[in-house]
Amino acid sequence: MAADRDREGGGLSPVQVRGTVLTVRRVDAYVAMTVVAPAIATRLRPGQFVAIAVGGPQSGMLSRRTFSVHDVRPDHGGTVEFVFLPREPGAAWLADCRSRDVLDIVGPLGRPFPVPRDPASCLLVGVGAAAAPLFALAGRLADRGCQSDFLLGAESADRVFGALTARRTGRSAMIATADGSLGARGSVIDLLPTLVQQARTDVIYAAAPLAVLRAASALAGRYAIPVQALVDAPAMACGTGLCMGCVLPAVGTDGITRMVRACVDGPVFRGDRVRWDDVGTIPFDALGAPGWKSRGGGVGPAATRLTPGPHDIPEGRQHAG
Amino acid sequence: MPVDLRTRLGQLELPSPVLAASGCAGAGRELAQFTDVARIGAVITKSVTLEPRAGNPAPRLTETPSGMLSSPGLQGPGIDGFLQRDLPWLLSRGARAVVSIAGHTIREYAELAVRLSDAAGVSAIEVNLGCPDAAAAGRPFALDATAAGQVVAQVRGSARYDIPVFAKLSPEVTDIVSVARACVSSGADGLSLVNAVPGMAIDPVSFRPALSGMFGGLSGPAIRPLAIRCVWQVREAFPDVPVIGTGGVRTGRDALEFLLAGAAMVAVGTVLFHDPSACSRIQRELEEELVARGIDRVSEVVGRAHDGAGAVADRHSWALAGAGAVAGGGSILRATKGG
Repeated sequence: MAADRDREGGGLSPVQVRGTVLTVRRVDAYVAMTVVAPAIATRLRPGQFVAIAVGGPQSGMLSRRTFSVHDVRPDHGGTVEFVFLPREPGAAWLADCRSRDVLDIVGPLGRPFPVPRDPASCLLVGVGAAAAPLFALAGRLADRGCQSDFLLGAESADRVFGALTARRTGRSAMIATADGSLGARGSVIDLLPTLVQQARTDVIYAAAPLAVLRAASALAGRYAIPVQALVDAPAMACGTGLCMGCVLPAVGTDGITRMVRACVDGPVFRGDRVRWDDVGTIPFDALGAPGWKSRGGGVGPAATRLTPGPHDIPEGRQHAG
Repeated sequence: MPVDLRTRLGQLELPSPVLAASGCAGAGRELAQFTDVARIGAVITKSVTLEPRAGNPAPRLTETPSGMLSSPGLQGPGIDGFLQRDLPWLLSRGARAVVSIAGHTIREYAELAVRLSDAAGVSAIEVNLGCPDAAAAGRPFALDATAAGQVVAQVRGSARYDIPVFAKLSPEVTDIVSVARACVSSGADGLSLVNAVPGMAIDPVSFRPALSGMFGGLSGPAIRPLAIRCVWQVREAFPDVPVIGTGGVRTGRDALEFLLAGAAMVAVGTVLFHDPSACSRIQRELEEELVARGIDRVSEVVGRAHDGAGAVADRHSWALAGAGAVAGGGSILRATKGG
């Protein structure tokens, strides 16, 4: 089954292709770019991302820029669309690309959002452009007979991504902005508890900054519901697992904390597996932390690997491809 | 007509002089999605330590002009995990494994060499001398010719006789030739030049160092001229010692530059983050560069830039002599003008 294959990384490993830019358009504060890349588009599932080389062939910018895919369409054999803020130099270069320019693009990367097999009430929490992958997820959830409630947030109205789509496709859509220019004033974190109760949420899907992921995971813990959290920090330099840059501490099924890579072990993690308060540190009890002692003479390290994946979602509601 | 890319590494013959550099290709698994690891020269693994290591906290990497500043802190599964999972996987794919080792004491290096010698299929050992020496208040082994030589002697003495030992040196020394000499006279079969150079970046938003470890190793095309200079100097001093050239190899042309400077092999590192299929591409481009020059064996170009460079070789302490000559010339010019 497809889900098992890409969990193992065998059947659906990423490809590196040259993709032609189809459209570049402004969406409020963001740039939405559509690239023709059939080999990526046909295999990509919501939550997965692409890594793009910026600055041309002799670029001095060696880090790839990684973007969650917003949408996949069948035109021209398959296109992927992603959304970004054209702020840092690499993103600005990308925003200046025009239709028919060619990009070096790698994907699909990372683990997708697992989806419940049986109908469930799902809460989709997104902040800014990070919310982009939630809309394709909602489509996939609808195919499974799941209901989606949206909770979107940002600093201001022009940074809220996908409010219209959320209203159109979701059972409900709530919006929070820090300046109150759209929806409620405040953070999505403030609205979470009420929403989870009102919507009788069975699963939370979150794509947002760490603070929101942490809050969603804590709340879900209190209600004993699962969270699937998509992280985009720490920033990735390659997206392919080579650079070991995007690590965060996560607890494996064996109870051992390891420094896992957000790009290959994520970007979607089970919220209760990530040690949110310890992101940016090496917890003292992490495998191989300074002073760490192997139990029983150096077993452990290779024995088990953290595998949050489709099989980990709600008890009694196992995944399907 | 295909170019003969075969390259000798000790007793072993590699199908190509293009390798994946240590620390930039893990143990080959991620790379294999984009490159046929059996067809490149070898995969130099991420440095293996005795115990598992969690590495440094994030942020570990930051982009710098044509380079990358990184301090992952040797995160890895330790030698047990490596021998259980990584090495067998690499060998099962038909790749040649050059295993990089790292330690904080000479004993750790020696023990790693013993463990690797007991395992089948290790093509060579690369000694990462960039680690802090616990006995020298954390000064990296590579910065001290004596310490570097001691590590190499221990590793050479502990490793099986038919496994070549390469010493990876840091360019952050006044005289790389003296460190190279210490390693060669301690039994190193070859040298890897060069390791990343310590650097630093400050985040102008947070007003703090950009990396959690404060300093990081600068790598990528930004340090290529530095690496070429080191390869050149070492080749001048030890023309018979095989060198793995590494530092910002991005194209076949860059690989050719390293070979001309005297490297018998080149290792592709940081550029893999930018282009995960870089090893295969660079190998193909190198072949094209050689064909374009009518050369049919890659070994023919190794060290060719030294031909007829005898005059340069006389001035071996180029840094002083060269700088002096320029300064002298300048002052004469000024003097003439002034007069």
